[in-house]
Amino acid sequence: MSITLDSKIPDGPLADKWSNYIAGQKLVNPANKRKFKIIVVGTGLAGASAAATLGELGYNVEAFTFHDSPRRAHSIAAQGGINAAKNYQGDGDSVHRLFYDTVKGGDFRAREANVHRLAEVSVNIIDQMVAQGVPFAREYGGMLSNRSFGGAQVSRTFYARGQTGQQLLIGAYQQMARQVGLGNVKLWNRVEMVDVVNIDGRCAGIVTRDLLTGELKSHAAHAVILATGGYGNAFYLSTNAMQCNVTAAWRAHRRGAAFANPCYTQIHPTCIPQADDFQSKLTLMSESLRNDGRIWVPKDPDETRPAAQVPEDERDYYLERIYPSFGNLAPRDVSSRAAKRAVDAGQGVGPLKNGVYLDFAAAIERLGADVIGERYGNLFDMYERITGENPYETPMRIYPASHYTMGGLWVDYELQTTVPGLFCAGEANFSDHGANRLGASALMQGLSDGYFVLPYTIAPYLSEWLNKPIPDESHEAFAAAEAEASGRFQSYLDIGGTRSPDHFHRELGKIIWDYCGMDRNQAGLEKAMSEIPALHEEFKKDVKVTGDATSINQTLEKVARIDDFFELGMLMCKDALVREESCGGHFRSEHQTDEGEALRDDENFAHVTAWEWSGDMANPIEHREQLEYDVVQFQTRSYK
Amino acid sequence: MSNTLTHITLKIWRQAGPDSPGQFEHHVIEKISDEASFLEMLDILNEQLIESGQEAIVFDHDCREGICGTCSLMIDGLAHGPQKGTATCQLHMRTFKSGDVITIEPWRARAFPIIKDLMVDRSPFDRIVEVGGFITSATGGAPDANLIPVPKPVADASMDAAACIGCGACVAACPNGAANLFTGAKLAHLNLLPQGQAERYQRAEAMVEEMDEHFGSCTNHGECEAACPKEISIDVIALMNSDYLKSKFKNRKSLSRT
Repeated sequence: MSITLDSKIPDGPLADKWSNYIAGQKLVNPANKRKFKIIVVGTGLAGASAAATLGELGYNVEAFTFHDSPRRAHSIAAQGGINAAKNYQGDGDSVHRLFYDTVKGGDFRAREANVHRLAEVSVNIIDQMVAQGVPFAREYGGMLSNRSFGGAQVSRTFYARGQTGQQLLIGAYQQMARQVGLGNVKLWNRVEMVDVVNIDGRCAGIVTRDLLTGELKSHAAHAVILATGGYGNAFYLSTNAMQCNVTAAWRAHRRGAAFANPCYTQIHPTCIPQADDFQSKLTLMSESLRNDGRIWVPKDPDETRPAAQVPEDERDYYLERIYPSFGNLAPRDVSSRAAKRAVDAGQGVGPLKNGVYLDFAAAIERLGADVIGERYGNLFDMYERITGENPYETPMRIYPASHYTMGGLWVDYELQTTVPGLFCAGEANFSDHGANRLGASALMQGLSDGYFVLPYTIAPYLSEWLNKPIPDESHEAFAAAEAEASGRFQSYLDIGGTRSPDHFHRELGKIIWDYCGMDRNQAGLEKAMSEIPALHEEFKKDVKVTGDATSINQTLEKVARIDDFFELGMLMCKDALVREESCGGHFRSEHQTDEGEALRDDENFAHVTAWEWSGDMANPIEHREQLEYDVVQFQTRSYK
Repeated sequence: MSNTLTHITLKIWRQAGPDSPGQFEHHVIEKISDEASFLEMLDILNEQLIESGQEAIVFDHDCREGICGTCSLMIDGLAHGPQKGTATCQLHMRTFKSGDVITIEPWRARAFPIIKDLMVDRSPFDRIVEVGGFITSATGGAPDANLIPVPKPVADASMDAAACIGCGACVAACPNGAANLFTGAKLAHLNLLPQGQAERYQRAEAMVEEMDEHFGSCTNHGECEAACPKEISIDVIALMNSDYLKSKFKNRKSLSRT
């Protein structure tokens, strides 16, 4: 199958594209909607909101989650907030400014039309979530409260304490639960997608594995939506939940869906530093902390005094020094690299000298501990539980960590992948964040895709299939995919090696982090691309999976996902290698300014790189979608 | 600096399936850093088990940030262990000391049957939400978010209840296996808000009656509040009872609902 990248961006002025699209798109009439079966895989913000809305519209929806309840999807862990161009503050915000900040924040590597649509529907998202009972923070007059986030000079972030993701996900989950109760959505719990099935050039359904019984099962549908999150766990240590994985997207990729910009990984600047080798994951401290916390390191690398005893003039508030206009709210990629430089220069703090201080002493002195507790209390408590240190008394220690992946399945304006009938939403697609995601925009994108984009953009595809037969589960392609999956799971059990899956995941993650993490260069990437296949061979000979394939087996679930991370890891490195520029979360050390800032190459790299599976993980086929900027002018990002 | 616990003994419940008999298994862990979380300690044990050819112990977990509500575990008889207001995933080994014997069991409640080892089925919680734990509002038709002001104390009280992570500790801690704290929290979250008023009494009636189908009765022991990792107040149960009682008068016209 040869891939053509047609972005299907509607004609007309940027600000009118989405309304023109809605006005001109084909519809499915209400009585016909029930004739269409739509599968939604993943029930986080994007998946739950899509399932809820499509069910509400009258489609026949089946939703799949590998959790025991959709309420546990990792969207729940987002802490800080969700952006919307409401301009309730009267501080100069607008749809255009949110659009512009997002394109600029993404280092001019996002698709203009998608981002503008995101900014447009952001205002509807807040309305919708408030109507659904999301208890956003309020002012005493009863109006919604806002705060600011990195990369923006306006306060457009809505929040619910430090639990915004939880509250939004619960909102979307409840809307979906309502549809489940009404019988409009059929929910499959503890079921994982293990393959997609294409018949006659379109996606005809999926194959799932029941995590309790190991049963493989085919599900035919008119359309499939993957809303399966990001692949940050490729690094092993990341802020992702333990079960976040790339399998759904990767299996779709192997079946013809192009994978775009895999090298774009967001490194989040405010995670708790790693404490030891046994660690299973990293925990994020919300970026909102940077509104009141000041980031510094001791000027002297040999400093041994406790933080409070280091005099002001012996501290380096490096973000405030280098980026005076954005200061501690400099965007995530910029803040992360600055922290890495400080630690690499030996100025790191903490027992392993692997962090920088995020200090609230000045804010507590100015506002009082009560106000700070009101704003960030739960985050402070969480920090104390993990580190045993009280951040009211001693500064937090933070360090960047892999957080969110901007790459994902390539989708057009309708969120359709290169496989007709296969759609992709939320973090699992590549479309809206470019090379770097601004804070508080992940929740926005997930909900935008699920509530306000897919319900419109899926209709034109479906309308073509009205009253036409589609293959059901008896088609031989389903049986073949089931047999292939069955063989794959059995093969892991048959290896009978000596090392646990986690052992290989840690080793793989270390290679990807070291060579395709915050700082990449040609030599490192080439090294990684020779080490990954070698480790993969060892994995295929020496991994040990106990238990069986016919009852719950978390080891077996894990090993299959790690196998996919190996192949993805190669693609991440390949993508990073061919992108001979620095942009956003992708920093190639060969391409930097004299001041150490990222150096883009708009002439040669203002494109999306979309990879086609060739059957050989070392030699994927490269395709490019040139990014056209009608409204935004390229400029060097400066936060100084 | 981190310290190391020289050895601890784990007494862990193993059960192959819902209908199989279960028993405790003993494992000794040598040298574990007090920086490790409780679940990381179990990861280490599981790696040892796998590499020695045994099946890993099944337990539910995911975000490990205390928010997804997936983790469970009765630790020394306490839901989520000894640290107040803390989910199991946020419990760290510094809470224990060398030589401790730690007993680990699954949630035990009739409504939560054991699936395997330490994993239980909490799906009755979803059934309660499906009958009324929402505000009916079709996508796309919502009024401007600031059109209905919500007084800050009301928003805060709603938020306090909305902090529930649905982990099931309240049920596990309750001598009667009741789910009143969970259900009460959802009702308080929605019933306190102006947006939730239209369906307030229908919601209370439907959710309470669905809850009663699955769970035991509340006899005000207060163990739920003590065990809740989000420290949700038992006051939400009083609000639930009050709204449920009123529903019997206010919902008369809709009682024909089946």
